[in-house]
Amino acid sequence: MTFPASAELRNDPVALIRDKALWIRRRSFQMVYEAQLGHPGGDFSAADVLATLYFGVLRHDPADPRNPARDRFVMSKGHCTGAFYAVLAAAGFFPEAQLNTYMQPLSLLNGHPNRNYLPGVETNTGPLGHGLPVSVGIAIAGQIDSADFRTFVLTGDGELQEGSNWEAALTAGHRKLENLTLIIDRNRLQQGARTEETASLDPLDDKWRAFGWHVEMVDGHDHRALYEVLSKSPKGRGKPLCVIANTFKGKGVSFMHDNVAWHHGVPNKDQYEQAMRELA
Amino acid sequence: MSAAAPAPAGWHDCRDTFSKTVEALAEADPRIVTVVSDSVGSSKLVNFRKRWPERMVNVGIAEQTVVAVGAGLANGGKIPFVSAAACFLTARAMEQIKADIAYTNVNVKLIGQSSGVAYGELGPTHHSIEDMAWLRLLNNLTLIVPSDPWETEQAIRAAAALDGPVFIRVSRMPVPDLPRCNARFEIGKAETLRDGNDLAIIANGVMVHRALAAAEALAADGIAARVINMSTVNPLDEATILEAAKTGAVVTVEEHSVRGGLGGAVAEVLATHDPVPMRILGFPGFLPTGSADWLLEHFHLNAAGIADAARQLLARK
Repeated sequence: MTFPASAELRNDPVALIRDKALWIRRRSFQMVYEAQLGHPGGDFSAADVLATLYFGVLRHDPADPRNPARDRFVMSKGHCTGAFYAVLAAAGFFPEAQLNTYMQPLSLLNGHPNRNYLPGVETNTGPLGHGLPVSVGIAIAGQIDSADFRTFVLTGDGELQEGSNWEAALTAGHRKLENLTLIIDRNRLQQGARTEETASLDPLDDKWRAFGWHVEMVDGHDHRALYEVLSKSPKGRGKPLCVIANTFKGKGVSFMHDNVAWHHGVPNKDQYEQAMRELA
Repeated sequence: MSAAAPAPAGWHDCRDTFSKTVEALAEADPRIVTVVSDSVGSSKLVNFRKRWPERMVNVGIAEQTVVAVGAGLANGGKIPFVSAAACFLTARAMEQIKADIAYTNVNVKLIGQSSGVAYGELGPTHHSIEDMAWLRLLNNLTLIVPSDPWETEQAIRAAAALDGPVFIRVSRMPVPDLPRCNARFEIGKAETLRDGNDLAIIANGVMVHRALAAAEALAADGIAARVINMSTVNPLDEATILEAAKTGAVVTVEEHSVRGGLGGAVAEVLATHDPVPMRILGFPGFLPTGSADWLLEHFHLNAAGIADAARQLLARK
């Protein structure tokens, strides 16, 4: 298993991650602007987590995307394909030019990711509450084989209102799946309102601890903090890891910051140009 | 569970065949694992658990997770047999079956145990007479409804050998061994168990031996009924259905709702290519209280009922 970024990482992992996170924001926003479709607020809250995983943590080989020894990443918040497709292209899973087809007729870049269309996608997501249960199954396969690979899954926070997550949380805790890491993009906004005004999740850390998980809370836009918590070996902990990444929807652009309107809002020309000036 | 009348000597519970076959497969292939939702005993997998405790994943009473974990295990290189009561496995986990299994197109085998009305008196919550209608809309998902122990074993083995998602009904309702000569099972190929050119009876699962008995009764009246075992519902053997249409009349029989199952599938083919008079025999929907045997008798899903429907249909030829 190769680690394409390793040479650069040895020099300064956090600088590389920061650089890629900015690129993901700019490229995904271009995709959303051109398609006039997408979920840019969630793309921006997740961009730093994705950059950290793909350029600092995951052992993967874009030339051999189904290598059995690969670390798995499952994008449970499958609506945030702007950021997800951008990071896959940045990591080399497919040519960057393919991003120009985002949501166009017959594009392989559907609004939600499809494993049969694109290398690097582990399971088809879109309906919420699917990524964690599938990831639990992947981690159990690794546990049965005493395999070295890790399984990471990124969910939204509103998504945790789906009961399927809590079924899976029970099994992961029961089986002490230390090879499993759940990252929650805790931007506190769901499609229509704040999570705490809709079906409140706090105290979220206590909920995961009660299910037998080890919990870490981090600033989900702090690349160094993300890198440290996600790259540390989970071996010997005896519990699955839940990283609550405190984030902001629309992070990086002033008028989108923490603004629910940008869940699936799309920019006009002026907004696009202003955002690109800010994302520099 | 169901207080059915004792089965005739020599009849079988196909769950036994399922567990024996999965054990034989597991002996030969370490990738085979079982996934259950507190459904070890009802799936007859107690012995599997004894032999390979590390290869049985029990997620508790959680059907969404049992299906999704199956998808994840396949991603991790396993060949999972996900086994749970058909009624809960399908209805409760429908979106997981759609998105995680069929749409993602993963190598998972879903085993719908005690399908149809096997749970009889427990009522419509525990009946699974909608599963074929729901599942046959999903691309990629092979659907098999075996008729007896031999075919159950063949279906399980063929499913394990196929790289893709499969759903198999396994009934607990006792069935006899069907008479077969030169038996050869192939997914997507129907089996003609009895020749005849006056009409065709297309059945699957526990209805096949009843269809054969109906054909015997019809023969006494000089009516030659062809009996076709359409155990694969998806992909459907359209060629055999169109051959059957040449008899001029087709009766379908299934342990399922009359809406959207085998009958619906056959009707789609006939209506499109060669409309002939047809009867769809099955259940009308939510059913009254009664044992599995009583329900089949009450709704005329027996040899006499099938033969009567055939006679009425012949009058329309």
